[in-house]
Amino acid sequence: MAVIFDRPKALLDVPTHYCPGCTHGIIHRLIAEVIDELGILDRTIGVAPVGCSVLAYNYFACDMQEAAHGRAPAVATGIKRAIPESIVFTYQGDGDLAAIGTAEMVHAATRGERITTIFVNNCIYGMTGGQMAPTTLPGQVTETSPYGRDVLTQGYPIRVSEMLSTLDGPAYIERVAVSSVPNIIKAKKAIKKAFIYQMEGRGYTLIEVLSTCPTNWGLSPDEAMTWLEKNMIPYYSLGVKKDIALEVK
Amino acid sequence: MEDKVLMKGNEAIGEAAIRAGCKCFFGYPITPQTEVAAYMAKMMPKLGRVFLQAESEIAAINMVYGAAGSGVRVMTSSSSPGISLKQEGISYIAGAELPCVIVNIVRGGPGLGGIQPAQSDYFQATKGGGHGDYRLIVLAPSSIQEIIDLTSRAFDLADIYRNPVMIMGDGMLGQMMEPVQFKEVKGREVPEKPWATCGLYGRERHNVITSLFLAPEECERHNLKLNNKYKEIEKNETKFELYNCDDECDFIIVAYGTMARICKNLINMADKEGIRIGLIRPITLWPFPKAAFEQVIGLTRYGFLCVEMSMGQMVEDVLQVVNGRCPVEFYGRCGGMVPSPDEILVKIKQILNQREGVI
Amino acid sequence: MPRVYFKEENCKGCCLCIKTCPKKIIIISDKLNNKGYHTAAILEENMKNCTGCASCARICPDVVIKIEK
Repeated sequence: MAVIFDRPKALLDVPTHYCPGCTHGIIHRLIAEVIDELGILDRTIGVAPVGCSVLAYNYFACDMQEAAHGRAPAVATGIKRAIPESIVFTYQGDGDLAAIGTAEMVHAATRGERITTIFVNNCIYGMTGGQMAPTTLPGQVTETSPYGRDVLTQGYPIRVSEMLSTLDGPAYIERVAVSSVPNIIKAKKAIKKAFIYQMEGRGYTLIEVLSTCPTNWGLSPDEAMTWLEKNMIPYYSLGVKKDIALEVK
Repeated sequence: MEDKVLMKGNEAIGEAAIRAGCKCFFGYPITPQTEVAAYMAKMMPKLGRVFLQAESEIAAINMVYGAAGSGVRVMTSSSSPGISLKQEGISYIAGAELPCVIVNIVRGGPGLGGIQPAQSDYFQATKGGGHGDYRLIVLAPSSIQEIIDLTSRAFDLADIYRNPVMIMGDGMLGQMMEPVQFKEVKGREVPEKPWATCGLYGRERHNVITSLFLAPEECERHNLKLNNKYKEIEKNETKFELYNCDDECDFIIVAYGTMARICKNLINMADKEGIRIGLIRPITLWPFPKAAFEQVIGLTRYGFLCVEMSMGQMVEDVLQVVNGRCPVEFYGRCGGMVPSPDEILVKIKQILNQREGVI
Repeated sequence: MPRVYFKEENCKGCCLCIKTCPKKIIIISDKLNNKGYHTAAILEENMKNCTGCASCARICPDVVIKIEK
């Protein structure tokens, strides 16, 4: 009998603080599996955000830095420029990346900074108790949109992957989901491709991972996966938004 | 020994940083310090080092955080409004105990203010600026030669104490040109950086750079550790200059940076009129040179005169140190106005008349 | 026959593995772990129905599951 599935080495054997059924756990594991498979644990340095995953630095086995809210792409830039042979990734949620961190996100992308961003999109601010995010869907009820997001007064959600794909700096942008096993398998492939592109020095890579927040959505983990597929995927379409390898020179 | 060269203050900062081994510079244009960034943009790539113009001062200070955490010598430079933007990052850097050098070429404020020299960021630099219990080591050069010497020192201090160090210049120092010499100085012994996030490479435990301590007991322990470090810095790194303070004086002026230069001229002028004035020139604004006051307080007949290009910030520290033992007066101009030796002398004579009238 | 191991102290009883298992052999046991969660398990008599697809392991957010084949 051979072990065909076990904890990757890049994910420390410690319990996490995430809620039951929170997809952060799945995404952490996928990143760690990719790091293991590419053999880059030694030279990988990750940057944790402010949000539910603020303690991500306790879970990954590689060197980690904790960044101020929204600043992870700038921190990652400092690391990568200081140590060009390192593999640097940022792990960010909706508020971190698309609210306070919009400038840092756009400019790291347009500089073609050789870093990889894993963007965890769950349409809500989890850590602070379920407030509206830049990615909250129209009509979605949150603590700060208690009557449902009213686009007239509260604006429209941002499709980050599409927005960044208009820039020349990014080398690979794909939106994936972790709502089912087939989607999880595709998500891992995308994350792996993003890291490989970084290893090849091709430019900025971002994988937007549609995720759930059972606690703040008020749903069970399984119901939340269904909600994601029914409501988020129609608005945030899955697929490759930019691939430099497919562009005609 | 190298020949003397004529150099602009802002460019001298860049050159001194390069010679001190600065590996990365992250900055953003803002008057009156943009020449620092321009100089680094030209020189760093030639040396295979890193220059990056960030999208904002906020991004720049966070790039500093990342690079400092990775174990390299790194610097950023800005002016007052940009330094305000950096306060969050500085607090994080201090909390995470990262070494770096931050240059503030001070201009008139508050808000957008003006672009002429000022000294109105003293509070911001020495009393916090960012949130939480932390201190910046603040160095205040008053000549371009001193800028060079202190910039080199700043990188050493940052590494020795794992703390951000600020070089407080002003628009005048940044823009003027003076002949300077780059001496081959033996730097201080600085420790290794086993804590840096530069990749595992066989290390058993991963390194984590963070300022987050959720458990209050841990957070308090961390703050006590920082505080002990600040006490060490106060004990070992305070620096000041005493000018014309060997004998009894009518007044002792307290001034730093450009203001101190002007006051030295004033002192020579006053001497010709039979008015004896001494000068305490703080070189470290934090730690504040309390010892200088203890040395000379017995020598001044009419007390201290604090002269600043502000509405009075350092004067509060002078008042605290003097603690009512003798009078403390203040003279200042702000908004970019630079006091002349003449007008300061007028003020001194006014005070003298008042005092001698009472006597 | 593939064998599935559950590291019970990590399980948060989220039931994602239960919903995902194509053979429907995972259950929530009566056991409480030290965090107070009822943990996922496979009864021994049902282990023979496991195909080793690893769907449960892939969707588990807490890396509870180890599979041997």
